[in-house]
Amino acid sequence: MTDWMEIGVLEDVPRRGARVVRTPRGEIAVFRTGRDELFALDNRCPHRGGPLSEGIVHGNAVTCPLHSWVIDLTSGKAAAPDSGCVTAYPVAVYGARVRLFLTPVPNATHSGEVA
Amino acid sequence: MRENLVVVGNGMAGMRTVEELLKLAPERYHVTVFGAEPHGNYNRILLSDILAGRQQFARTFLHDRPWYETHGIRLHAGRTVLRIDRVRRQVIADGGIAEPYDRLLLATGSVPIRLPIPGAELEGVVTFRDIADVEAMLAASKVRSQAVVIGGGLLGLEAANGLMAQGMTARVVHLVDTLMERQLDATAGNMLRRSLEARGMAFELGAQTVALLGDRRVRAVRLADGRELPADLVVMAVGIRPNIALAQEAGLYCERGVVVTDTLQTYDPRIYAVGECVQHRRATYGLVAPLFEMARVCANHLAELAHNFYAGAHVSAKLKVTGIELFSAGDFAPGPAREEITLQDETRGVYKKIVVEDDRLRGVVLYGDTTDATWYFDMLRSGRDVSDLREQIVFGQTHLGDAGTQGLRSAADLPDAAEICGCNGVCKGEIVQAIASRGLMTLEDVRAHTKASSSCGSCTGLVEQILAATLGGAYSPPKAKTLCACTEFTHEEVRKAVQANGLKSIAEAMAFMEWRTPDGCAACRPALNYYLLAAWPGEAKDDPRSRFINERAHANIQKDGTFSVVPRMWGGITTPAQLRAIADAAEKFQVPTVKITGGQRIDLLGVKKEQLPAIWHDLGQAGLVSGHAYGKALRTVKTCVGSEWCRFGTQDSTAMGIRLEQRTWGSWMPHKFKMAVSGCPRNCAEATIKDFGVIAVESGWELHVGGNGGMKVRVTELLCKVETPAEVEEYCSAFIQLYREEARYLERTAPWIERVGLKYVKDRIVEDADGRRALNARFLQSQADRSDPWQARAAQQVDRNEFTPLRGQGLTV
Ligand code: SRM
Ligand SMILES: Cc1cc2nc3c(=O)[nH]c(=O)nc-3n(C[C@H](O)[C@H](O)[C@H](O)COP(=O)(O)OP(=O)(O)OC[C@H]3O[C@@H](n4cnc5c(N)ncnc54)[C@H](O)[C@@H]3O)c2cc1C
Ligand code: SF4
Ligand code: FES
Repeated sequence: MTDWMEIGVLEDVPRRGARVVRTPRGEIAVFRTGRDELFALDNRCPHRGGPLSEGIVHGNAVTCPLHSWVIDLTSGKAAAPDSGCVTAYPVAVYGARVRLFLTPVPNATHSGEVA
Repeated sequence: MRENLVVVGNGMAGMRTVEELLKLAPERYHVTVFGAEPHGNYNRILLSDILAGRQQFARTFLHDRPWYETHGIRLHAGRTVLRIDRVRRQVIADGGIAEPYDRLLLATGSVPIRLPIPGAELEGVVTFRDIADVEAMLAASKVRSQAVVIGGGLLGLEAANGLMAQGMTARVVHLVDTLMERQLDATAGNMLRRSLEARGMAFELGAQTVALLGDRRVRAVRLADGRELPADLVVMAVGIRPNIALAQEAGLYCERGVVVTDTLQTYDPRIYAVGECVQHRRATYGLVAPLFEMARVCANHLAELAHNFYAGAHVSAKLKVTGIELFSAGDFAPGPAREEITLQDETRGVYKKIVVEDDRLRGVVLYGDTTDATWYFDMLRSGRDVSDLREQIVFGQTHLGDAGTQGLRSAADLPDAAEICGCNGVCKGEIVQAIASRGLMTLEDVRAHTKASSSCGSCTGLVEQILAATLGGAYSPPKAKTLCACTEFTHEEVRKAVQANGLKSIAEAMAFMEWRTPDGCAACRPALNYYLLAAWPGEAKDDPRSRFINERAHANIQKDGTFSVVPRMWGGITTPAQLRAIADAAEKFQVPTVKITGGQRIDLLGVKKEQLPAIWHDLGQAGLVSGHAYGKALRTVKTCVGSEWCRFGTQDSTAMGIRLEQRTWGSWMPHKFKMAVSGCPRNCAEATIKDFGVIAVESGWELHVGGNGGMKVRVTELLCKVETPAEVEEYCSAFIQLYREEARYLERTAPWIERVGLKYVKDRIVEDADGRRALNARFLQSQADRSDPWQARAAQQVDRNEFTPLRGQGLTV
């Protein structure tokens, strides 16, 4: 069973920015870094549910717009000293098209433990 | 290839240098550290607390052994370096260990002075320098009862206090008549003596010790006048001498200390030195704050960045005896051009002496109330002109309100359960605990680990006081802060570099200033974006990705991710047509809440992001434009009814408010900016708590600046009085432009004016007419191509992507 969706082309997501995709799993934020890498996280900050898609993207991280937690885009983990984690999803570029997979990146949800 | 850096001395200055170096250039050196003491690096300052039973040794480590391992540093603990071979470039330590170096760092500290008197080598005679000394004193206190401390300086008094806490009697013998004579004047010295006497400490002042008596173990102390004081423990705390033996033997140029240049290099350029062993421009130091500054500069040169120079430092001293509040800094010896301002309150036990020379603070002694120590010390170090504060200076910072802390400003008086940081709900006990158990030394550390003061910042002063109280003198208040951890430059330096080098984009600026991170962080990118736009209006391109969401989406984000929309109502005036348009929009977009704001306009709360362009479109049809309620920009101009209607009005304040708002709206600033115009001194528009407030009087207009009604209430100061409305406009734009060009990003006018002084602002705006006109012209130029951001997004579809989600297709399940 594959569950993925095609969400457009790389340029649809602004560099150092994000776009939201509505999926059966809820809102997912797709981020594009300064180096043109793509990452996807649930659009809910582990702190108090802030919309991560609206944050400032820097390096491989995003700063939540509500209370400035810094979330790692690769793992979904909050940077110390905060702790918490948001589900991360794989994204990949096939030719020109970007695909978002709805199976979470395995060990991201449970801080460190492999599922 | 990595070079070898060898560090001699595993103490506070040496290891702080290594730590700073690792931050700047983690890959540059193989680091090897020699330490004569058999431990990792501990906080020497806390020895007094260990002696007094307030602290455990295990909790005082700044760097424990695992730290060295994690950072790949080789530690030879318990090894003394015996020789430096400068020709072969190696050091030789006991046990025959030889280590080659490419660069060598000497951080050997100092040695306590032992008086060269008969009996000095007897058993039971100790100094007070390291943990071994403290352990010896603690052991003695278990079986002995009478201690004599020679030396009535900081260390001697802390030793005597600690020994009393361990149950011994303590008598302090001091050569001169005043305690701590290098830090205190006679009045404060006497107050200190009296309160220590009240605790049971005994003193022999103006007394010289000539011999220690005893067979094997010390039995008594003999004074020059022939008296003998019984003693079974003698602590010599008569001073320290820079530990230069090793350097001297290696042929490095030494005077009192190892002589170094402003780059902390000795006369052998491969050899650096920091800490108490150093002599810089004739000065040697015995407190950590300047040593930490040396460490920062030295690390910078070891990393070959060469941006910083050590220029000496002001030091301040505190006595770490519970219940005694004492602070001293600078120079307070009398002099012909020196003015002394003193305040003495016998009943409260408070004494303050402020020494002023050429309108600058030169020295300060505080006894009994040290609440304002940080404030005075900041003024002392910055060399700020204090003539405008001359009247109140001795009373401290009391003229400033402090809403967030219920007026309580002395953190030492607060119980552990007192909430210090209202934003993050952190109480005093947690902060003290975190400082002690994690070895936190700076405000940044406390912010990172407890979150206290990391949000609104109004509790920063209290947190700094707690740091100072918990760490004692180990706390060095931040100097010029760097913009953020991504750069080592301050706001001012970044701004200058942008202007001087024609930097026009964030990428260019980061490359030029060698940013440490690939694309900055959420703190520096918005600041850079602002500095670029302010320096190069019309040329620098705005980077929406470096703006906080509110400024990018031109609406205020709310806790549930929806937005609020606040249209401008010029000077608080509206019309039935505008109200109807707002009402229609609220109904059409099912806006959950409609609220009158505190700034005389209407807030539509709970709008979904996707709806924003459409609701703006509707409002725009009725002539409403963005109120920038979300921005570091001009907010509202509050007005009262004025002479048009009010029986007391002297001028048309409403019209003036509208003129000012129309002139200045849409201008980006370091922080938000609020104005008000009142029609008479009854001041119904609250102009005296605005960034720029105008009060109309019969003969013209009073212009007030630097007010703030938020977290820390500050009343404006009078800039000047002018006669015509045209002048009000010119002065207003000139003031805004000065603020735009010179304040730090996220610094409102109130703290800015406190930092630069009202006199400076007056000189630029009032005294210098040409300068004022030039500022006004630059402001108007920066306003030349402003446009309504709502209109641009609603009609011209600017940043359309921002407001619509992506659509997913081809899902197979
Ligand atoms: C809407 C409003 C409250 C209201 O319902 O009345 C409001 C709402 C917010 N204020 Fe305010 N302030 C509002 C008037 C004020 C006032 C009163 C005034 O302007 O006359 C003050 C005190 C005056 C002053 O600023 O000196 C005020 C002092 C603050 C402060 C503290 C600023 C300071 O320098 O100490 C903050 C925090 C900040 O800016 O960092 C703040 C921050 C905020 C923020 C932006 C918090 C945030 O980041 O989300 C709130 C946005 C809510 C929203 O989305 O609309 N608000 N805020 C008022 C909007 C006025 C307007 O029409 O633009
Ligand atoms: C009891 C006490 C209380 C104090 N209270 C305060 C205070 O409240 N506020 C304040 O600011 N300062 C205070 N100080 C001063 C502060 O501790 C010192 O200024 C600071 O520790 C000096 O740092 P340093 O690195 O230069 O020297 P040290 O910290 O002394 O480090 C030097 C190290 O080098 C080692 N060493 C020396 N020679 C060799 C060698 N040849 N080979 C190997 N290792 C060697 C020594 O064993 C020592 O460990 C206090 C000091 C004491 C003793
Ligand atoms: S509107 Fe202002 S005072 Fe009210 S909760 Fe928000 S920031 Fe605090
Ligand atoms: S909701 Fe993200 S930091 Fe609070």
